[in-house]
Amino acid sequence: MFDNTCEFIDYCIKNNKSVGLVSLEKEMSKNNLSKEVIFDNLKSVLKVMKESSHEGLDKDMSSMGGLIGTEAKLLEEYRKTQKSLSGDFILSAAAKALSTSQVNACMGRIVAAPTAGAAGIMPAMIFSIREKYDLTEEQILYGMLASGSIGKIIATKASISGAEGGCQAECGSAAAMAAGALVDMLGGSPDQVFHAASFALINIMGLICDPVAGLVEYPCNIRNASGVYNAYLSADMALAGIKSPIPFDQVVESMNQVGNLMHTSLKETALGGLATTEAGIKIKKDLGIK
Amino acid sequence: MKEYGIFDILGPIMVGPSSSHTAGANRIGNMSRIIMGRPFKKVKFYLHGSFAKTSVGHGTDKALLAGVMGLRPDDERLPSSFELAKKAGIQFEFIEKDLGYQHPNTAKVEFHLEDNTIFYVIGSSVGGGNILITNINGTEVEFSGNNPTILIRNKDTKGVIAHISTVLSIAEVNIATMSVVRKDNIATMVIEIDSYIDENLIEKINTSEDIVYIAGINPIEG
Repeated sequence: MFDNTCEFIDYCIKNNKSVGLVSLEKEMSKNNLSKEVIFDNLKSVLKVMKESSHEGLDKDMSSMGGLIGTEAKLLEEYRKTQKSLSGDFILSAAAKALSTSQVNACMGRIVAAPTAGAAGIMPAMIFSIREKYDLTEEQILYGMLASGSIGKIIATKASISGAEGGCQAECGSAAAMAAGALVDMLGGSPDQVFHAASFALINIMGLICDPVAGLVEYPCNIRNASGVYNAYLSADMALAGIKSPIPFDQVVESMNQVGNLMHTSLKETALGGLATTEAGIKIKKDLGIK
Repeated sequence: MKEYGIFDILGPIMVGPSSSHTAGANRIGNMSRIIMGRPFKKVKFYLHGSFAKTSVGHGTDKALLAGVMGLRPDDERLPSSFELAKKAGIQFEFIEKDLGYQHPNTAKVEFHLEDNTIFYVIGSSVGGGNILITNINGTEVEFSGNNPTILIRNKDTKGVIAHISTVLSIAEVNIATMSVVRKDNIATMVIEIDSYIDENLIEKINTSEDIVYIAGINPIEG
């Protein structure tokens, strides 16, 4: 429907429509679906996101590889009982991100958004902003649609796979989607939506994917937690009027280039980074993974 | 270039931890079960490459077994598939094996039937939960199951393809792709179509005496 993001933004501005609304129209025309069907599907997605982002907040879990499982509860208890450094709101979001990552690593149900490894960021954003701003479900659904458009652009022009682009392609994409959705839900302009998405990608451009023992556990979980921080900061900067001098499409192209230049050992193969530290190798060996 | 939809990005809903090693593995199991289409008493999974190396940490084994029992990638019972299989009296075994295939995430699913015959399917998990079925009982095939797929084995004689395409045409079914492989006087046909397959359509195709096997495979959601 649009060749590039500039056209997308122009169309939104000319027709006085939000990125979320135009995303809905595109989705309806793509598969000849009604708004009701799309919203019903989004609600199913939202339900799973709600469960996964809350399940780990008050219980100890144990992941398949045993590397993670209690982090969400620890952070949530710390947030509630102590004067934290980064503040109550942002920590509540981070705890929710950790929760979904844990649920994923424990073979629970999650929504790949855009991937399983980065599944914590979108739900953490949605259910923290919802508590803070008392947003309607419809506002949330339009924000999700906007995030979908951002993810589609990245998936098309670059990659959302850690094996192809490193963690920047997974947690970076998720943070960009969440940042853009935040701006859209809070009534920011279409260009602000994409400035926010650009900031989020730029903030972690070059981030490698180096899963310890090859498992989707650590450091995936803490990168989901920092991913939701990244989304909030990026959205705030865009809403404050800060602009990215590099347009979103070019940021994505650059991220793709960085992903291509990244050595294979740093792209989900567990042959570099944290995976090949002394401790990382020991963990792998102790788990009996070859 | 693939045109993504919103739910390719916000989805799928799946049991973790990995779209390739868990959801994709489950789809291979499910697809194998549908292709085989009969009750079985025992199933052996031969795990190749990365599937062999990181199976336990990704629940690949549990996902495969859940698949052959018909549990979908988003079914929360997936982690307890070992217990479910034991309850159902299904024997299962996982064997690390170099299958000599290129894709690192590959499994061979070998069913042992009541009459002691063996039926096997080989599939690879190629990323994002997508799979490719590459071999059925020694016949090389290639299909993803992302589209409704009709799988047919027939005696390699004249008129079978004409019969099938006539039935599809009358039913107003549009063929997306079609491929035929011949081996030992048997032709294996993979037909991908644009609309969902119902039993009625399969029965109509199956009226030809030259057809020795047929299965209709709709996409595995979740």
